[in-house]
Formats: sequence, structure tokens, C-alpha cells
Amino acid sequence: MSADIRKIAVWVEETHQEAGRTISPATRKAVAVAVIANPFAGKYVEDLSPLMEIGAELGETLGKRCVEALGITAERAQSYGKAAMVGENGELEHAAALLHPKMGAPLRKEVEKGAALVPSSKKMGGPGQDLDVPLGHKDAAYVRSHFDGVEVRLNDAPRANEILVAIAVTDSGRPLPRVGGLTHTDAEGKDGLR
Amino acid sequence: MPDVVVRKIATVIEEVFHEGGPRANVPQKRGAVVAVISNPYAGAYVEDIQPFMEDLKPLGLEMAQKLIDALGGDASVIEGYGKGSIVGTAGELEHGALWHAPGGYAMRELLGDAKAIVPSTKKVGAAGVRLDVPITHINASYVRGHFDAMEVGMNDAPRANELAFVLVMSTGARVHDRAGGLSANDIKGEDGLR
Repeated sequence: MSADIRKIAVWVEETHQEAGRTISPATRKAVAVAVIANPFAGKYVEDLSPLMEIGAELGETLGKRCVEALGITAERAQSYGKAAMVGENGELEHAAALLHPKMGAPLRKEVEKGAALVPSSKKMGGPGQDLDVPLGHKDAAYVRSHFDGVEVRLNDAPRANEILVAIAVTDSGRPLPRVGGLTHTDAEGKDGLR
Repeated sequence: MPDVVVRKIATVIEEVFHEGGPRANVPQKRGAVVAVISNPYAGAYVEDIQPFMEDLKPLGLEMAQKLIDALGGDASVIEGYGKGSIVGTAGELEHGALWHAPGGYAMRELLGDAKAIVPSTKKVGAAGVRLDVPITHINASYVRGHFDAMEVGMNDAPRANELAFVLVMSTGARVHDRAGGLSANDIKGEDGLR
């Protein structure tokens, strides 16, 4: 089963100033969102494997959209995250089926490597609700400067029988990181942690 | 003349494939670009604010170009437009009106000889507020299929001393346009109305 996509939205934000200081180059985050029909809305279905396949499809589609929107080559991606918001006729487990079993591998192809766990978040919700997508370094989860998040929101989604699926990719960390910890340049990126 | 100090720029592109009806052969795209800048007049009443409009023209052009690029880079596919501003709470509504000349000028400059008035909206608001920016056809305001709008906003803007200026563009009519009226194929495009 491939995704019935009603809408795709891509948000890119650049921060040029923070606390009165110039950020150069600007830090940049992209988040790509697909609004899909929930094939299991309104009923309990035991086997969620069709949603897992859709998760794989969206890992590629949305990961690619983010990298394209940032105008970077894959190896310049630095952090990533994913999240899903399920409309009211669905169930939280639908988000889990989309996000966890199969989304990671195709997403990692789009951002090159991606040794680290993809941080994630999920909720039930309706049109106009905020979804905060967590962000973490793609190769070394402990890189402290890259713990962040990005908010997405679509006024018309998810409708009751829909699911909003989001993937975020950045080419940078927070604008003025200064709480110490492992840095991007010192990360080895082998075990996904450091 | 006050400097134009940009803190953030964001773009968002929506691609609409269907809305419960037949899937579009060419999906409609709607896009917005938002610039968050310092409000040089925040906190006090200033009588003569007009010089700032001239200062904003380069920002307007930069934003319009960025939005066209995010929509695929071909200005000839842009069929609808609109603009808006959000004034942080230490400013006044009149500051939002500073966007009329530079925002309109920038889009006309890059979209060729667009004839129709650029529909607009403005408000005073706090960070996270949403603005519904109206959209109409670029050459004939009465084209019914192109009456549309796009909601924009940012979780951290505008702060009290900031202004958020918005441009929006669309590549076609609403995805299931069927409310009749003047069609884009029948316009004369001389007076900006029909």
C-alpha cells in the first residue's frame, strides 16, 4: 500500500540573529510534512504492516524534500528528527507504525550515514495543532549543541481520518550553543552516541 | 534612515494533491516567505515613518526571489499573490502598513507586469500568532478560482520589538475549484480586475 498523500508542506527557517548577535552563517532547519489518509481510521486493525511500508516511503520522500529545501548535499546534514500526529479517528499506535519500524533506513540514505537514533515524538491531534519535532545530531546523539526542536502546524490537518507525518533536517545546531558537552567537530560518529 | 535588521527568515511551501476529490494532474502550490526584523519605531510614537519603506525595498526583493526559488524558480508559473504584516506588541498597526509599497513593488518587479492589486492583511500580535494572508489572481482580481488564503506564523515571532513581513504566492486555483465566476482563461488582464 502506498501513501494517499493529500498535501505536502515544507518549512525552512534561517536564524540570522539571536540575542542581538549576528549568526553567520545563519543556522537553518527544514521540516517536511505529509498529510496522508489513515487507512485504519475508525477501526481496530491488528496488522499495521501497511503503515510501516508507508513509513518507509515517507522516510525517503520527506527526507529528500528537507535536503532539497536546504539546498545542501546529503553529507552536510547535521541533525534530524521525526514526528507524527494522528487525527481523532486513528490511534496512537498508527504513529508508531509509521515512525519506528521502517522509516529510518530510507531517511538515513537521504542524509548520508545517520548513525544516531532518530529522535521522535507522537501525539493524537487535530487541524491547527502544533507538533514539536525533536532534533538530535544524526551521527552522535550526545552532541549537545544539536539538541533542539522545530514546530510544525497546518491549519487544515490532520483531519479526523488523516495522519500528519513530519521529518526535520538541519545543517547546523542551535544559534549560540554554550552549554558545553560533546561538539560536532569532536564527534566520532561511529556508535551513534559519541 | 533606520537599518533593516533581520533576525529570521522562513519559507513554507504547500503542495496540494487533492482535498477529497479527484487527484490534480498538477498539484497546486502555495508558498509564503516571512521575514522577522527589528521594528525601529517600537516603544514610541514617531510621526514620520515613511522613509523606512524605501529601506525595506531590498528586503522585499530578496524575499520575493527566495519565494519564487522555493516554488521551483520559474516566475511564469505564479498566478496568485498576497501580502501581510504582523506588528509586535510594542509597535502600532500603522507600522504594518509600511509593507504596502515595498512588498507589492517587489512581487510586481519579479512577476513581470502584474496588473491586480495585491490583497493584504495586517494585525498586531504576539509570538506564535497566526496571520491569514489573502491570495488573488495577479492580473485580474475577480478570478474566482484563485481567491484563496494561506495561514502563516512562527512560534518565536514577532517579539514585542519586531515586525514580521509576509509575501505569499500560489501557482493556480484552489485544488477543486468549482464555484464558478470569472475563469483565469477568460480574463482580459488590462484593468487588474477582469
